[in-house]
Amino acid sequence: MSPSILLLILLTLASFAYMQGKRRAFSLSGPEVGSSRLHSRPGYYGMLTALWCVLPPLIVFAFWMAFSDSILIAMAMKALPTSLQELSADQTNLLVNNLRNLIAGHVAARDIDPILQQVAEQYIGMERISQIALGVVMLVTAVFSMSYVYRRIRPEMRARNHVERIVQISLVLCSTIAILTTIGIVLSVLFESIRFFQQVPLTDFLFGLKWSPQMAMRADQAGSSGSFGAIPVLAGTFMISGIALAVAVPIGLMSAIYLSEYASSRVRAWAKPIMEILAGVPTVVYGFFAALVVAPFIRDSGELFGLNVSSESALAAGLVMGVMIIPFVSSLSDDVINAVPQAMRDGSYGLGATKSETILRVIVPAALPGIVGGVLLAASRAIGETMIVVMAAGLSANLTANPLQAVTTVTVQIVTLLVGDQEFDSPKTLVAFALGLLLFIVTLILNVIALYVVRRYREEYE
Amino acid sequence: MQAEKRETTMDRVSKGLARRYRRERWFRLFGLSAIVTSVCFIALLFVSIGANGWSAFQQTEVLLDIHFDKEQFDVDNLSTANYGALVKNSMQALFPDVTGRSDKRELNKLVSSGASYVLQKMVIKDTGIIGSTKKIWLPADDEVDMFLKGYISRDVAESARRLNDKQIGWIDQLVAEGRLEKKFNTIFFTAGDSREPELAGIRGAVAGSLFTLAVTLLLSFPIGVATAVYLEEFAPRNRWTDLVEVNINNLAAVPSIVFGLLGLAVFLNVFGMPRSAPLVGGLVLTLMTLPTIIIASRASLKSVPPSIREAALGVGASKMQAITHHILPLAMPGMMTGTIIGMAQALGETAPLLMIGMVAFIVDVPHGVTDPATVLPVQIYLWADSPERAFVERTSAAIMVLLGFLISMNAIAVFLRRKFERRW
Repeated sequence: MSPSILLLILLTLASFAYMQGKRRAFSLSGPEVGSSRLHSRPGYYGMLTALWCVLPPLIVFAFWMAFSDSILIAMAMKALPTSLQELSADQTNLLVNNLRNLIAGHVAARDIDPILQQVAEQYIGMERISQIALGVVMLVTAVFSMSYVYRRIRPEMRARNHVERIVQISLVLCSTIAILTTIGIVLSVLFESIRFFQQVPLTDFLFGLKWSPQMAMRADQAGSSGSFGAIPVLAGTFMISGIALAVAVPIGLMSAIYLSEYASSRVRAWAKPIMEILAGVPTVVYGFFAALVVAPFIRDSGELFGLNVSSESALAAGLVMGVMIIPFVSSLSDDVINAVPQAMRDGSYGLGATKSETILRVIVPAALPGIVGGVLLAASRAIGETMIVVMAAGLSANLTANPLQAVTTVTVQIVTLLVGDQEFDSPKTLVAFALGLLLFIVTLILNVIALYVVRRYREEYE
Repeated sequence: MQAEKRETTMDRVSKGLARRYRRERWFRLFGLSAIVTSVCFIALLFVSIGANGWSAFQQTEVLLDIHFDKEQFDVDNLSTANYGALVKNSMQALFPDVTGRSDKRELNKLVSSGASYVLQKMVIKDTGIIGSTKKIWLPADDEVDMFLKGYISRDVAESARRLNDKQIGWIDQLVAEGRLEKKFNTIFFTAGDSREPELAGIRGAVAGSLFTLAVTLLLSFPIGVATAVYLEEFAPRNRWTDLVEVNINNLAAVPSIVFGLLGLAVFLNVFGMPRSAPLVGGLVLTLMTLPTIIIASRASLKSVPPSIREAALGVGASKMQAITHHILPLAMPGMMTGTIIGMAQALGETAPLLMIGMVAFIVDVPHGVTDPATVLPVQIYLWADSPERAFVERTSAAIMVLLGFLISMNAIAVFLRRKFERRW
């Protein structure tokens, strides 16, 4: 029985339960009109019956999903001959992996161990039995709990309160997902990072000047030990983000000022949505554009001046990324500029200041905390941006201050290290998680400061 | 004495006035140019994508007289017949004076290697055509396509281009005979990915995107709305709800690739879910879009005036009834707008999906949420990496399709907002 069919049966059963519960409530309510003897409206009795029909089997299902595989593997391992059972933990792991591959049918026919083959067949058989058992158990639970509630339906039963209680609990559960996500992110990058730092010291990672994570297969080959100094990667990240901010902050800020202080409402109505298009274009499109149009253009115009420009220059990626984050800067600045009280503007005009003087000497200083918050958010966006740099920036980790050369970034390295084959015991794969941790921490700090600054600022004028 | 002083102040003011006005004009011009720059950039982006991509909607096809030779076919085993030979024979018949192995090979290169699959499908569909001769339009090779579209110039030295002089001569002859034409590129919309540009299409990627988005929508909309309702209507103000709120605001700004790391470490490694599956992609994108939906839904709930809540409670509704019967329906348009915008973000997202293996080269069109699949933006990324010139225009065309989806989704969101927005 496949899970989808099971789910379908469960849903049918639930709608049946709903109708039965509702009917019973009606029949109990007595002959008088308006079902006045009932505590709740009849639908609630139906809903309660249906909920009880669905929830217990789903809990059973969740448990089965969580534990069935490990229990079945343990049982399959028990079936192995004793000689194979007394292995070290590592060898057992290897054996389990072989078994899993065999079950999934991934192994080429020649290297199948007949014993293992037998166990795999046993496993597949047991899996089928367990699936059938699951279906039976779920349906029995459904029918049982449904009939339990059905028989307990009385007019004085507080069905509505029960239903509302269940709904409220599920609302609380939903709201914890945000926290679970954060915990999941922290734990997943932290665990792999700790494994990485067991192999490579933390100081080498944070202060090392050489980055070449490709490790050779054998110890005697050249470059056998990868070096994992994150400084060149970080320098590249900050250079590209710096270029991006150098583009985005002036343009974004000036357009926000123009839109909120100078532009007529008609220009505003046109220009604002157009600026928002910039935020809606997928980053992979920017990346393609950077690689196809901007990078060759910069290279060619560099050649015109006799400069040697790499075709994957930091400048191209930075420029395009800057355009991408213009809307972040401009929309946040727009908000804070609009929040500056009109009285401050009027005061400045009254003293004879021109509009630009008012903006530069009164409005911008007053809005500065909010603007800084917006810039910090844009910076965290730039540091975490992936596709533009993957497509337009380079792979080689050069420690350079020349924006015309190719540099690499944290996100580029994470992508190149994790796309393709992964070995979760080699530092080459694990270092990607260490970089991820670094990225998460840096952006988190920027975000927290930005949110704090923006909130503080808002409170000041509200 | 006083009059003199006032005059000197006025003098000083008017002396600087011209300079100050000039500065004012410059400042204003600077602001205007900032906006013009952004608008120009958008225009440049769209124009360059369009200019590169429009030609991909046409594909060069070659008209061949295919003789379905009876001897070639084994009735019980139609799929293994040598369809390539059919194409070769008919090319040979068109150019009888081409002899020599290498020349013949060059000649056969003009037709796509996918032509034999087209014939195979035709024969399997209708075995009656065996023994007959038919005029059939077959896809030409991508180099021929590029040549006809003008991307390969005749003026370049022979060694520097992918087609040699002989091949160009044959192409000219075919064009003169009306056997080589540009037709609407149906393959691009009906095929999955391929290594051959002329056979590559976006159907697999679009299907993968739809499955992924379906999973995302089914999970993120109910969870997002439930969270927003809880936080806005039920949650007591305490440390726990503060924590939840701070978390949601932070998650909204976490780089998307970090969600990919989460998916890789938790969904793939811990839960053992299948790689490259839209199911896992949908889960990751759900976690990513939840903050957007929650924040929009909360704003929408906040905008429902308290009088409606109080009226419902006043006539004896329970809190839950007031919410489900009155507040949620009124807040729904705003929530849906937020959800559509979140879905548009999810549709354009690439980086986290790279982490969970949705970058694999997948030819088959997926048929479920657990089939290996790729999505439209990842397909764009993969094609952008391919060296063939013909993939550049296909990448641009795929971007046009993606942007088309995004624009229509945003248009729906704007329409919903306009239609249902209420000012209380």
